[in-house]
Amino acid sequence: MSELALPKAAVRPAPRPAFVDAAGDAATMIGRSLRLTVRSVDGMITALALPIMLMLMFVYLFGGALQTGIDYVDYVVPGVLLVCAGFGAATTAVTVSSDLTTGVIDRFRSMDVSGAALISGHVVASVVRNLVSTALVVAVALAIGFRPSAGVGDWLVAVGVLALFVLALSWLSATVGILAGSPEAANGFTFLVSFLAYPSSAFVPVDTMPSWLRGFARDQPVNTVVETTRAALTGRPVGSVAWHAVLWSLGIIAVSVVASSVLFNRRTR
Amino acid sequence: MSTDLAIEAVGLAKSYGSTSVLDHVDLRVSCGGVFALLGPNGAGKTTAVRILATLTRADAGRVRVAGHDVDTQRREVRRRISLTGQYAALDEAQTGEQNLRMMGRLLHLPPRLVRRRAAELLERFDLTAAGRRRVETYSGGMRRRLDLAASLVGEPEIIFLDEPTTGLDPRSRAAMWEIVSELAVAGVTVFLTTQYLDEADRLADRIAIVDGGRVVAEGSAAQLKEQVGGHRLDVELTAAAGPEAFAAVVRQLGPRAVTADPARRTFGITTDGTAAHVRALLDEIDAGRDRVARFDVHGTTLDDAFLTLTARPARAETRPSPTEIRPTALQRGSAHV
Repeated sequence: MSELALPKAAVRPAPRPAFVDAAGDAATMIGRSLRLTVRSVDGMITALALPIMLMLMFVYLFGGALQTGIDYVDYVVPGVLLVCAGFGAATTAVTVSSDLTTGVIDRFRSMDVSGAALISGHVVASVVRNLVSTALVVAVALAIGFRPSAGVGDWLVAVGVLALFVLALSWLSATVGILAGSPEAANGFTFLVSFLAYPSSAFVPVDTMPSWLRGFARDQPVNTVVETTRAALTGRPVGSVAWHAVLWSLGIIAVSVVASSVLFNRRTR
Repeated sequence: MSTDLAIEAVGLAKSYGSTSVLDHVDLRVSCGGVFALLGPNGAGKTTAVRILATLTRADAGRVRVAGHDVDTQRREVRRRISLTGQYAALDEAQTGEQNLRMMGRLLHLPPRLVRRRAAELLERFDLTAAGRRRVETYSGGMRRRLDLAASLVGEPEIIFLDEPTTGLDPRSRAAMWEIVSELAVAGVTVFLTTQYLDEADRLADRIAIVDGGRVVAEGSAAQLKEQVGGHRLDVELTAAAGPEAFAAVVRQLGPRAVTADPARRTFGITTDGTAAHVRALLDEIDAGRDRVARFDVHGTTLDDAFLTLTARPARAETRPSPTEIRPTALQRGSAHV
């Protein structure tokens, strides 16, 4: 082993504006999370297998019994995409929570890496992971008879609204992950989020539900996103529900960004 | 406050709930060299390091590290220090090289320097061959080396090492000692915690012994040994004397007995090493001249200082278990008998 010191002047970087460093840290953390995601093979398999199983189950097992006015596969695919995205985004709670239990977080903190940079790494990795799994689910859906009548613009609306919702849900999940005492506790959150898809039009029309539930089922965020995606993919006019979906997502993002920063600073004191 | 101090802590206190972990600790560490915080498990070493390294806030006290206050000037402090904890602070699923480069990017080094620094550190820590492998495939010693390498990417002025060799095999331990010595030679201030007395003895210029959240003694290894008397008399009783006689003798000696091992019928007493004192002690222990099988007088080790200063009477039933202190402490003690 040779001597360990380098001239200090060679290493100390010139001062830069704080936002440049902050953006750089976020980019570094995004790269880190993406590498860790790709290497978590079982995580990827779960994220992909579950939605596909769910779709096959609904189309072939329940689909025959359900009357939705259109081909059930065309009806249910937007719902499955949502469940898939919701589940995938919610697992961010687990990845954040287990990350916080590792010693590397102390190192990041002692290097002055902000909580926002760390969380944005997890969130962006989650969005990328979900876009990949969404594409795969769509591919399988097309193979089993899904026939969307959507133009390029409609696809952009559908993917855009879905991606924004995944971003919002991922950030919310990250917040839950910071709050959770353990990865196991954080895992409970993924079930809660997956459950939100059922009192919505994801699998059955809201009109078939008891009247007291319809109000909630129509206005909750998951439903607004499902409705928007379905309208776009079946070539119907999207209407104001798309704005509801976008507003829900932006609202969730705003709350989560603030809450996650505050909680991160408190948790890692 | 003086500026030639790397670390100055005054009245440091921290409790978790009703448990006091640090009870008004004062520490002064001058620039350069190796400072060891030595103490048994639960003495408050890790808490102290975490406070000094800005990761935990103290309940009371003032701390300056590298000339800056850890509460009000965290960023300034963080820019000048690094911490290597007891558990490797690395991403298992990334390669060694990726971990080091990540640290370089987070320190906002220019990209070319990031790559160069990572390559240099892998080379210096004998990890070049393993650099492209994921950390999860590394041995404990390799992890620890990579962890230390990661904390050196930013050329810190002060390096905190929390129990750097706990759990390492002897060879990895020796390699780690070599690295720490080289760092000190290179002008870095090293602050390490350890429960291993030989580690402090071998590496540290100055040692603070902590026990129950307080600094019970401070000085160079030689000064600490001096403080408890220059020599130790180790005595082995005959098998015929029996366990009751052993217990009676140890009880009679009280805190003067710094070690006691009933199974081997041995105990150690500090002495100034003169023939008169040794003779008097032997007479006191064995007035009938039929109990002592063997004895040995030797210079005090840091073990003796530690055992005396942490005020743990050597009565067999109240002593901490051997593993709490250090397995080799007992081996060394008995080797002289």
